[in-house]
Amino acid sequence: MANDSFKKGLEGLDAGAAGSPQEEPGVPPQAGELPAHPSIEALREEFGDAVLRHEVVAGDEHIVYVPPQRARDVLAWLKDAPGHQYDFLQDLTAIDWGNGRSIQVVYQLWSTRSKLNLRVKVELPLDSLEIDTVYYLWRAADWLEREVFDMFGVVFTGHPDLRRILMPYNYAEGHPLRKDFPLRGRFSRAEQTRRSLSMQTEDHYSPRELEIAHVLGQTLPTPFDEAGSADQQGQFGGMGGAG
Amino acid sequence: MALRKVVYNVTRNPELSAGGRLVNAPIVPVEGEAVQVHEDIAGEHMLINIGPQHPATHGVLRLVLELDGETVVRCIPHIGYLHSSFEKLGEYRDWNQIVPLTDRMDYLAPLIYNCAYAMAVEKLMGIEVTERCKVVRVICMELDRIFSHLLWLGTTGIDLGAFTVFLYTFQERERIYDLHEAFTGARITTSSTRIGGMMADLPAGWIEKLQEFVNTFPRTLEEVDTLLTNNGIWIGRTQGVGAISAEDAVNFGLSGPNLRASGVDYDIRKDRPYYDYETYDFDVPIGEHGDIYDRYLCRMEEMRQSLLILQQAIDRLPGGPINVDDPRIILPSKTAAMNDMESMIHHFKVVMEGVRAPVGESWFSVESSKGELGMYVVSDGGSKPVRWRVRGPSFINIAALPHMIEGALLSDVIAVNASLDIVLGEIDR
Repeated sequence: MANDSFKKGLEGLDAGAAGSPQEEPGVPPQAGELPAHPSIEALREEFGDAVLRHEVVAGDEHIVYVPPQRARDVLAWLKDAPGHQYDFLQDLTAIDWGNGRSIQVVYQLWSTRSKLNLRVKVELPLDSLEIDTVYYLWRAADWLEREVFDMFGVVFTGHPDLRRILMPYNYAEGHPLRKDFPLRGRFSRAEQTRRSLSMQTEDHYSPRELEIAHVLGQTLPTPFDEAGSADQQGQFGGMGGAG
Repeated sequence: MALRKVVYNVTRNPELSAGGRLVNAPIVPVEGEAVQVHEDIAGEHMLINIGPQHPATHGVLRLVLELDGETVVRCIPHIGYLHSSFEKLGEYRDWNQIVPLTDRMDYLAPLIYNCAYAMAVEKLMGIEVTERCKVVRVICMELDRIFSHLLWLGTTGIDLGAFTVFLYTFQERERIYDLHEAFTGARITTSSTRIGGMMADLPAGWIEKLQEFVNTFPRTLEEVDTLLTNNGIWIGRTQGVGAISAEDAVNFGLSGPNLRASGVDYDIRKDRPYYDYETYDFDVPIGEHGDIYDRYLCRMEEMRQSLLILQQAIDRLPGGPINVDDPRIILPSKTAAMNDMESMIHHFKVVMEGVRAPVGESWFSVESSKGELGMYVVSDGGSKPVRWRVRGPSFINIAALPHMIEGALLSDVIAVNASLDIVLGEIDR
C-alpha cells in the first residue's frame, strides 16, 4: 500500500479535483442486446439519427444521448407524445468529468401516466456551453437550470431569468462544481473576506428588483445592515405584519 | 401481495369552507420575455424583504415582495445563504465519508437522507443488503417521516397562531430524538448508514421502546387532530389558501404531500417500490384542492399510515446479520480488528483506500417526508464519486412559492411558505 494515501484528504484543496482519466464516457461498453425501452424505440423512429446512443446502467436505468441542437425538440416530443408523456421533470443537472471532456447535461424524466423513467443526456463541449432552455416545457426547470448555470456555467438560451442562485450575484470566482475549480475557491482567503465585507446594497438584489425599485422610486434596504434597517423600518413599514 | 393503492378523497367541512378565494391563473407558457414592470404602479407599490433572518421563513430564506397594500404582486425568493457546497465536498470524499454530509442537509429527517444515499450507492455497486437491514431502514425512514411531519405541524401551527400544537408535537419529537440517540449516538446528525449496511445493529431494547412509541403516539395525534381539523381559525387560514392545481403541481415538479394534496397520486413507495414496500399494507392519502388544508390532512394521514408501516416492520423484523457479507466494503468487527493481524490489515485497507464503486452511474429516489429525494451518483471506478447530486424536494417545492402566493395577502405568504415544509439546509446544500 502506498503511504501517500494518508495525504489524500488534502488533495485538490488548492488545485481542482483529479477528474476522470479516461477519455471515453464513463460507462462500460454494453455487451449483447440491450433491454428495450418503448420511448427510445419511438424516439429512433421519430428523430432517427438524433438518438446518438442508448445505454443501460445500474440494471434498469435507460440513458439516451441526443445532440445539443436537437435536445429541446426531443424533450418537447417526449413531454407531449401520446403514450410517453414525460410530464414530470425529476431532475436537471450536469456532470463535469474533468480533463477537458464535454460537460453532460442530464434530464431525468418520469411519466405519471405511463409510469416510466428515462434519462436524457446532452454532451456540451467546453467551448460551447449553450443549450436551449426547457423552462417552457417544465417550470420545474426554472431553478434547476439556474443552478446548473451557477455551478457549471452552462447557458440556457431562452431562460427568462438566468442568474446565479446559490452563489452571490457578484460572485467572480467562476463555477464551483467544475473540476478545475479548487475546493477553497480561486481567490485568496483575504480577498474573499474583503469582497464579502464590501458588498453593496445592489449586490443583494437581482436586476429585476433593482428595476422595480427604480420605477417605484424606492431606496432598497440592505438586508443585513442592522443600523440601516432600523432607520428604514418606518419608511418601509417594517416587517411587523409578517411575524 | 399485489400493489394496492387506495385513493383517499379527504373531505372537508362544507359549512366552514371558505373555498376558492385565491385561484391561481393556469400557467400559460409564452415564449418570450419575462414579465415587465407595470408603468402604473409608481408610488403605490413597495418592495420589502422578509428574511433572511426571520423566524417565519423557516431558515435563511429571503423573500423580496412587491406589495400593493397588503396584496403580494410579486415574490422573488433568494436562496443560498446556507450554501455549504456539499456536492463539491462529496467529490473529495470516499463513498462512506459522504454519509455525514447527507444528514446535515435535512436535519429534520436525517435518517431518510442517510438511507437514500446508501441505497443509491448500493444500487450503483450492485449490492443487495440483508433482509434485516432492509426492514431496519424502513423503520428508520418511516420513523423520520413522522419526525419531520411533527416539526412541520408544530411550526406551521405557530406561524398561524396555534401555539399549543407545537408543545404536543415537540414532546413527541423528543421521544424520537431519544430513539435516534439510542440507535446512532446522535440526536440530529445521525450518520447511521454505511455502504452495505448500517453503522451498528439496533441496540437491545430499542424495538421495545419503538413499540411503546407506536402504541402511545396515536393518542397525541388524535389530540392534535381535535385541536386543528375542525378549528374555525385554522380552517379560515388554510382552506383555499395557496392552492395549486394538479396540472400546475406536476409541471412545477412538486412532490410529496404538496403534490398529493393537489390530487396527483404519485408516491414512490407505490410507483417504484423499494425495500419491499409493495408488501406493506398502507394507503397513500390524496387531497383534492391543493391548498394548505389539504396538505395538512395529507400529512396527518401519512403519519397514521407510517405508524401502520412501523408496526408491520416491527412484526416482521428478521434476525441475522445487518451488514452484507462482503469484506471489500464492510469493516471487520472491532474485536477482530484488535485481536488478529489480518483483520487489522483488512480494517486499515478499507478505511484508507476506501470502498471502490464500479464505473457507471445511478439515479435513485426515495419518498422522503418532503417529497421525492433523488440521489445521483456517478463513478469512474475510483473510491470517490465523480459527481454526487441530490435532487432535494424542498429546492423544487419552494421554487413554486411565487406561483402560489402572487395575488394573495402578505399574511398568507407566511402560511403558504410554512405549508410547503421546506428545510433550508437541503435547499442551499
